Parts: sequence; structure tokens; C-alpha cells
Amino acid sequence: MNNNKSISVQNLTKKFGNFTAVNAISFEVEKGEIFGFLGANGAGKTTAMKMLIGISKPTSGEAKVAGFDVYKDTEKIKKNIGYMSQKFALYDDLTVRENARFYGGIYGLSKKQIKKKTNEFITELGIADIADNLVGSLPLGWKQKLAFSVSLIHEPKVVFLDEPTGGVDPITRRQFWEMIYKQADNGTTIFVTTHYMDEAEYCDRVSIMVEGKIEALDTPENLRKQYGVDSMNAVFLKLARG
Amino acid sequence: MKRFIGFIKKEFYHIFRDKRSLFILFGMPIAQILLFGFAVTNEINNVKVAIYDKANDVESLKLIQNISASQYFEIDKMIYDSSEIESIFKQGQVKAVLVFESDFAQKLTKENIANIQIITDATEPNTATTIINYIGAILQKYQAGLNKTIQMPYQIKAETRMLYNPELKSVFMFVPGVMTIILMLVSAMMTSISITREKEIGTMEILLVSPLKPSQVILGKVFPYIFLSIINAVVILLLGFFIFGMPMQGGFLLLGLESILFIVSALALGILISTISETQQTAMMISLMGLLLPVILLSGFIFPIASMPKALQIFSNIIPATWYIIILKGIMLKGVGIAILWKETLILFGMTLFFIVLSIKKYKIRLE
Amino acid sequence: MSISVKNISKSYGKVQAVNDISFEVKEGEIFGLIGPDGAGKTTLFRILTTLLLADSGTAEVDGKDMVADYIDIRNHVGYMPGRFSLYQDLSVEENLEFFATIFGTTIEENYDLIKDIYVQIEPFKKRRAGALSGGMKQKLALSCALIHKPKVLFLDEPTTGVDPVSRKEFWEMLKRLQQKGITILVSTPYMDEAALCDRIALMQDGLILEVDTPENISKRFPTKLYNVSTDNTYKLIQDLKSYDSMHSVFPFGEWVHYADENKKFRPIDLQDYLEDKEHTNINIEITEPTIEDTFMELSDY
Repeated sequence: MNNNKSISVQNLTKKFGNFTAVNAISFEVEKGEIFGFLGANGAGKTTAMKMLIGISKPTSGEAKVAGFDVYKDTEKIKKNIGYMSQKFALYDDLTVRENARFYGGIYGLSKKQIKKKTNEFITELGIADIADNLVGSLPLGWKQKLAFSVSLIHEPKVVFLDEPTGGVDPITRRQFWEMIYKQADNGTTIFVTTHYMDEAEYCDRVSIMVEGKIEALDTPENLRKQYGVDSMNAVFLKLARG
Repeated sequence: MKRFIGFIKKEFYHIFRDKRSLFILFGMPIAQILLFGFAVTNEINNVKVAIYDKANDVESLKLIQNISASQYFEIDKMIYDSSEIESIFKQGQVKAVLVFESDFAQKLTKENIANIQIITDATEPNTATTIINYIGAILQKYQAGLNKTIQMPYQIKAETRMLYNPELKSVFMFVPGVMTIILMLVSAMMTSISITREKEIGTMEILLVSPLKPSQVILGKVFPYIFLSIINAVVILLLGFFIFGMPMQGGFLLLGLESILFIVSALALGILISTISETQQTAMMISLMGLLLPVILLSGFIFPIASMPKALQIFSNIIPATWYIIILKGIMLKGVGIAILWKETLILFGMTLFFIVLSIKKYKIRLE
Repeated sequence: MSISVKNISKSYGKVQAVNDISFEVKEGEIFGLIGPDGAGKTTLFRILTTLLLADSGTAEVDGKDMVADYIDIRNHVGYMPGRFSLYQDLSVEENLEFFATIFGTTIEENYDLIKDIYVQIEPFKKRRAGALSGGMKQKLALSCALIHKPKVLFLDEPTTGVDPVSRKEFWEMLKRLQQKGITILVSTPYMDEAALCDRIALMQDGLILEVDTPENISKRFPTKLYNVSTDNTYKLIQDLKSYDSMHSVFPFGEWVHYADENKKFRPIDLQDYLEDKEHTNINIEITEPTIEDTFMELSDY
């Protein structure tokens, strides 16, 4: 397998009884790529992502994440990926530093490492004055940027982001994407699942899932050209309405 | 009226589609009454005792026979050295050791006084006390037998009669108690949970913005639970009646009316709780900590109020359940009517009125 | 005027949720409150639907005062709160029936109004609301809010968490309702939905930044705006930010939106600068500002 592939998936399938949630999907994601994984609610994105992060066993097919097999090496996968979603973020009743210490501890980082990484992102975000405030007291935009920083504390090879910028103000959203670009520039692979199509426009390549299958996979620009429309939203509408 | 009926219909859908609330409504009363009736009891039966008989003479042997003949005790073993006593208790099987002094019979007949030492395991104080009382009673009976032959000059003989519950059945105590708990739980906790649920899922906003009056919302919420509480009360009474032989000396009508009064007071409390809690979880916590615990611990259901510290005695007066339990016991065990119970009824009525007024005042026509 | 809001303020403790807001909504208009989470949209909705009392200010809905005539208002508005507030354990039909009953009407009586929407979920009318997809829940919630023929419809983030197809259908439904004479006040965090409203108010941190038609708002952008792209987006952003006459730099999809302080700005100069910074595949072209660009321009950052 090519070393530049961070994620490689072949005919990955998940069935629940008679229902096929994920139907033989195949794709590859390069190291340092920002990959958008799109689909409506119920299209199978979450099920597919759960298989990739090692918490759900595929029915058939093959997949490797960060070089590890999703059947045998789920523990290694978990060590080498980061995860952040709008729903699962930081503990509101802990301070920024305490959250970082907790997540760093989970990944077995030493106190020294945690301190170093924490100070790094605190300086970068320019939030030294609120680092000891409870997370619950911070504005939503800050929480999301912090959650992203904390999900990177163990320097994962691949980061899974689940609808990361829904509901935040336009400026914070740009700042958030700048952080993502920077991280990708450093060689981290970014896997974004979302059903917000404007979020998709920021990705290097996107795949669109409809009813368990990947119906389209290309750069946003090529997809727009292919379907002769001017936005990802329109691409999605064409695909979903058949 | 149509609106109101529509509302109640919806409430019944909620209740009958939620397995958890169905269990609380119907499984719990039955489980509780059976548990309290059969498992939790103050009576003792076949308690294991050990005997250290230093005398080993006629009188001591007769006494030992009397003890082992009673249904309450079972002689587990005889011991022959005082050093064994402690190790026996540590093993935990034996709850009491009886020590007869040497020359027991001789001292009893010659000196008119002989000593028996009763040593009990007081890690369970209630059992220990009961054991001492029971053994005391056996000794007294034996002594009385002796005294028939020997005439004592002066003697006060205490003759006791246990009125209203001659067999001291604890189930007579638990049926009224459990009934109180269940009615409290169903009425207060379930109402407060069902109101806060609407807040949590956001439908309360729509109900408030609808032409429904707040009083209609409250009544619609409360009505199904009045109905279900009454069913529960009947079920509990029937169980107590037929399975545990609970007596019913007084009138059913009075019992029913008093129960409805108590149910209404509990419902008002439930509404009050729902006005101060935002989530079902908070409502449940407040109901359990604020209502259920006081009812169990302080209403005289399990622990007699008379033996509580003064402060708690005063506190127990402001718990509606305290008065309802007095009323229940009065009607069921003593068969008294409103002529005797008017004071308790009046107090309960006053409390109910107070809670209703308070909950209506507290109920908001807006969100905060 | 269907809705008129004057100097409304509301705070929770130290947080000023709504800060001295005024605006008017004409009869039969679709008026959008556009802003991110925490902008104060929901608080404003609750004040206007008489669920909350404002700390100060006045408001009228359909000519009625929000405090004195609150019962009247409650009888004549439809409200769809942010979460789809339905009874999850009741079926589609039972939900609709319940809301019809409490508003003193029946499904049959007002079937005309909801027909377009309801036919789409009618095949599932025996299904519990909890088992519906986001799009279907949204349609049911809208049907419930319309069942009593309200004059004014309040929709708090009706499209959040709903897939693009349902979102599009939803806006088509709103247009049809508008034709039936219903005034609609709708909030959304999505800038692209703003263009579908007749007029919009941009909201942030409890303040209204601007009220106007979507076209006019886009035109408020003060300078020319350029789409810039190169092979390395991250480096591009950093380099643009350090360009001398930079006014604003924001990633925007696969492009970076760049605006310059200098009126005499020439793209060719920027091209040279980027070439010096070793960018490859440089594209610079002029572009039309969107509502989102204006929003960011108006935001006080």
C-alpha cells in the first residue's frame, strides 16, 4: 500500500439485518488532504465514519486508516486519530487547561508533553488570559476552535471532524478553516463529515453519499462543472433528487 | 371543553406508550407492597442463640427447654467456656448468648435470686432489642409459673393488651405507609416529570403560545394522574385486604375522600416542583429528595415520630403525609370517623389549599 | 405593519441577549433574522411570541401590544420553536390532531392551508413523530404551526440540521404561504438562505447590524472584492494578510476573498507579490460580494 494514502477503503459494507447502511464504498484519501464526506442525514455517513474510527466492525470489505486495519488494529487506529464534533467537544465545567490535561492523559501523553502542547495552542490562539476560565463561559466560536486544538494534542495522523462549523458566525468559521488549512499543510489528513454543503466548498475533494453509496467523488470545482451548476448545494440537490 | 378532552387524550397516549412510566404506575405499587409485606418485618423468627450453662441443673435446663420450644428462638449450640462467646458473635450466625450462673437452681430456691446474663449482637440494634424483650417475656412467664407455688408477699403484675394490632403485625403499619408513598410518587413525581418533559422537548412553548389557558394546561396534566392514583389506591387496599388480612374497621367513603384530598395535595406539590425545575432529571431529583425521603423517614411510617428529636418532630408536622398516615391508620385500624379525625383532616385540607394557591401563583404564563 | 419592534432590550444576568433592537416587518413579507448562534435570535422570537418579557422597549404584532394584548397575540400567531417541538411518542396524525384541538379547530377546517405540506407526510401519518427524518419532522412541525390559520408565522431556525433537499422544499413552501397573505418572520444561521427573504436583518451579539433587502445588503460592501487562489491555500492566506494595503482576507470555499484598502489597487501588483512568495498557479479575478462578505465587513472584529 502506498505510504501517501492516509485512508484507503475498498468495498466497505455495513449491514444491519436486511438493511444495508453502507453499500460497498471505495475511496482513498492522501496524506495532508482535506476530504469532505457528504450526505444527507441517514445516507450512511455516520455509520461509515464509525467503521473508520474503529468503533464499529464492517460487515465486509477492507479499510485502512493511518496504515492500520479496521478489523485487527482498532486500538492502534484510535491512538493515531483525533475526533471532534459539535456534540462531543469539551467539558463545560473544566477549564481550558484541565480539558487539555484530561484529553492528553487519555492518549498517554506525559505531563511535560501536555504542558508543552497546551502552551503552544494557547499562544497560537492568543487566549492566555482565558486559559484558566471554565469552557462553559466561553463563546461558541471559541469552544469550537479550542475543541479542534485539543483534538490535535496527541498529534494524530488523521483528524475526523463531524459538522465542525455548523451555527458559528462567519468570521469564526473562517478562522476555523484557517486552522484546518494550517494543520493540513503540516501533513495531517482531515476528514470532514457534514451535510452543510457550503462547508464542502472548502475541501480539497469531496464524496457525496446517497442511500449508502458514494454517488460522486471529485474536487468541488470538477463536480460543479460535471453537473453544470454553480454551487455544491446545487450539485447535491441534483444528486439527491436523482 | 373539547380542547380539554383533546389534551387529556394526549396525556393518556403519553402514559400508555412509555413503558417506564407504566412500570412506575402499576408495577411499583404491587412490588412495594409485597416487599414490605413479606420481606421487611420487625418480627423475629427462629433466631439462633447459644447457651453457656455454668449450672447445668434442673431449673436451667427447664428454662432452656422453654426457650427452644418457642417459635422465636433456636438453640444453635452449647458452649462451655466464656472465651467462646466473642468468637461466636464474630462468626455472625448467633445473635444472642445466654449465660446461666453456676448453682442456678440452688440460688433461685435458697436465695430467691438467680442471674442470667443475656448478651446480644447489637450491630442490628432493633433485632437486639426485640430479642431481649422476647427472652425477658419467656423468663417472666417461667417465673410466674414458679410463683404459683411459692406465694410472694407483694406483687404487681403487669397485664398487657396490644390494641388494634394484637399480633403486632408490621404489615398493618406498612400498608398505610406504602399507600402514602405510592400516592405521593404517582401524583407528585409523575406530574412534575410530565410537565417538565414538555419544557424539555419545547412543546411547552407552543402550548403557552396557544389559546389554552394556563389553568387548562395544568388541569389537563393533573387529571389523568388523579384518575391513576385512585386506581392505585384501590389496588393497594385490595392487596392489603386479601393477601395480608389488613382490617378495614372504618368507612370506605371517608377513606376515599381523605385519599383524594391527599392526592390533590401531592399533585399541587408536583406542579410546584415542575415550576422550579427545567429538566425531567431535576424534577425527579427534587421529588425523590424533597418528597419521598421525608415521607419515608419523617412521617412516622417507619420511625415513630415520638422518638425523634424535637426539631424533627416539629418538621414532621409540615409533611402532609404525616397527617394522611394518621388518618389512614385511624380509619383502617381503629375504625374511627370524621368526628375524631376532623383535626387532621382540617390540617391536610389547609395544606392542600396552600399548595394549590402557591402553585397557581408560581405557574408562569411565560417562559421565565 | 405586521410586526413593529421598538428599542427592545433583554439581558440574562450579565449577558445582553438583545440590545436595543428596532425594526418593522410589512404585511405579507418574508423577513429574515440572519445571524450565528448566540446572536439573540431566539430571545427576540420569544419576546415577540409573548413567551418572554423584554427588559425595555415595546413591540406590536398584528397591531396588538405584546404585553397588554398577549392573549390576543397568542391566538393569532403560529410559532415553530428552534427544536422541532413535537410529541415524539405521538403519531403524525395524533400530533396534528392535538394541535388542531387546542387551537379550537379541526384538521378538515384548515386543510387547504396545510394541504401542500401535509400531503408529503400523509403516507406516514401512522408513524410516531420520533421515527421521522429531520425533513419530515420539519414539515409536520410547520403543519402544526399553521393549523389555526395564523396571520403571522414565527419560525425559529426551521432549517437547522435539515438536509439541503428539505431546506429547498421548505423555502418553496414558505413562498407559497406568503402568497396566501401570511407574514413570516424567520431566523437562520445560513447566509445563503438570506437571499430568499424579502428583507433581512443581520444580527450579531444582540445587535442588528443592518436591515435591508438582500441585494442592497450585498451592495453595501465598501470596496471591490477579488477571488484569489493558488496551489497552497494556507500559505496564500498568510501572505495576503501581510500584503501592505490589505483590507480583509477570508477563505471562501476554494477561493480566498481579498479586499484592498487602496482605491488604485491593481491585481497585477498582487500577482507579482504572490509570485515573489513562490506561489504557483495564481488566479486573481474580481467577484461579486455576497451577504456573508457584508456581514463580516459589518461585524466588529
